[in-house]
Amino acid sequence: MLRNRRTEITTALILIAPFLIVYLWLFIWPTIQMIEMSFQKAPLIGKGKWTGFDNYIRMFKDATFRIAVKNTAYFVLLSVVPGTVVALSIAMMVSRLKGRMQSLVLAAFFLPYVLPVTVVYVIWDWMTNVQFGMVQGLITFVVGEPVNIWRTVDWFMPGVAILTIWWTNGFSILLFLAGLRNIPTELYEAAQLDGATRFQIFFRITFPLLWPITVLCLTIQLILQLKIFDQVYLFAQGGQTRSTMVLVQYIFEQAFQKNNGGYSATLALALFVIVLAFSLLQFQILRVRGQR
Amino acid sequence: MNNTHATPARRFDLGATLLTLLTIIAAVIWFFPVYWGIVTSLRYDDQTVKDFALIPMEPTLKNYIFDIQNSNLPIWYLNSTIVSVGVTFLVVFMGACTGFAISQLNFPGRKALWWMILASFMVPVSALIVNHFIIIADIKLLNTHLGIILPMLIAPVTVIVYKQFFDGLPKEFREAAVMDGSTEFQLFFRVFLPMNWGVTTALAIITFIGAWNSFLWPFLAAQDEMMMTVTVGITAVQDTFGVAYGRVLAGAVLAGLPVATAYLLFQRRVTQAITLSAGIKG
Repeated sequence: MLRNRRTEITTALILIAPFLIVYLWLFIWPTIQMIEMSFQKAPLIGKGKWTGFDNYIRMFKDATFRIAVKNTAYFVLLSVVPGTVVALSIAMMVSRLKGRMQSLVLAAFFLPYVLPVTVVYVIWDWMTNVQFGMVQGLITFVVGEPVNIWRTVDWFMPGVAILTIWWTNGFSILLFLAGLRNIPTELYEAAQLDGATRFQIFFRITFPLLWPITVLCLTIQLILQLKIFDQVYLFAQGGQTRSTMVLVQYIFEQAFQKNNGGYSATLALALFVIVLAFSLLQFQILRVRGQR
Repeated sequence: MNNTHATPARRFDLGATLLTLLTIIAAVIWFFPVYWGIVTSLRYDDQTVKDFALIPMEPTLKNYIFDIQNSNLPIWYLNSTIVSVGVTFLVVFMGACTGFAISQLNFPGRKALWWMILASFMVPVSALIVNHFIIIADIKLLNTHLGIILPMLIAPVTVIVYKQFFDGLPKEFREAAVMDGSTEFQLFFRVFLPMNWGVTTALAIITFIGAWNSFLWPFLAAQDEMMMTVTVGITAVQDTFGVAYGRVLAGAVLAGLPVATAYLLFQRRVTQAITLSAGIKG
């Protein structure tokens, strides 16, 4: 029995070893390193000098940091709730369909989600081209003239938000569809027998039962979109980046373009803490849900 | 009386048809940018800014041939394949092993490991890019496949999904196998792993798609054009080709093709993987 116990432990250690090594080396270690660097004035590569809280003081006085926080929050606001509403609507439309038709329509809505961000960028860069973009017809119809979306500050973030919703919505749609499928059809049949209207059915049955999934979608999207970088970086390329700067982009700029390793670590730590706080909130919400 | 009975039924039908029609129109509009990108990539370069017909009258593969011959696209493709397959294999393998150990075996530190994995789920890996860059630069692995692969191996979700799946299996499997005198390894490879081939396929596909699509890290780790992945590379095509939209879009179509195909072939598995990793039953 004792021998068995020992082999069990040995087996377990062999099985977890690869994961544990990667985890300690590329997750725990960089996290510690990041915290250490955040207190140093250091280049990206090379030794730094201990400067205490200088980087933190600098961060709180930094106007660009404030812009980055504001833009990130603005983007989250523009993408998370509207995206979830759109996903719920699409899921409800798709769930009514049957068989082949359903999988075809779902594929049309979901496909953008599996595309790389650069492909999404190229497609939308073409769609929104000032001279030849298909979207410009609609824009001209609404505001009277074509707009260079990616070079106009007021249009930039809403533009990025719309294409992000277009790109990432498939994920939420799938979750909502799974949730809709789990609602027993008897509930709907009973409601119809009672003469309930479509609106009553939605607000009294569907929506309350989907609420947990809605919260899940909202929090997953929130945490995801706080880390926005790719789309903003790609569309701002070659233009003025400061006014549309987001958090990860500022970390990137400080580390790789300005060679401020120490300060970029401080910024990264700020992002780390913000995301962690929201994740804890999500965890708490999920736990409360689980207890129900 | 009869009339009032008949009317709601008929009106209901009309509403349903209209709603279906609306759904189809919405799906067509939603998909249009992808379609339009493909159509444009099939036009001669001088036609892309003149010809706006919804169906290409004289489609050509000229842009594709040009891209393959005049850019590093074939090499980027190879890089992407090596990186994505490597990441997929390692992430799934490590996830299965760790998930199995935490679920089925008793070892010191098991609870702590499980909590650490759950906690790391909340941590934004993108906040670590700067330090990943430093670590990978330190061991001289920038601009190598391995260097691109390594930081992409942090995937706690895979462990969580496997652990939960193994937890759900009846205890008798394990007891029966142990009675037969098979070792834990045999148990894992012969009984547990084959039993969830479906989950493994689903996780592998979604990991592959994620690895193929990842942008920020490969973009930082491979500055050398010969080491770029296709996802990063197609923006370089754009820089060299300027405003030649046909060529740029042809590159984009090629970059998106493997993941789009993977999704279309394994639609159900992708759905399963996404609902599993979000923690809900599909």
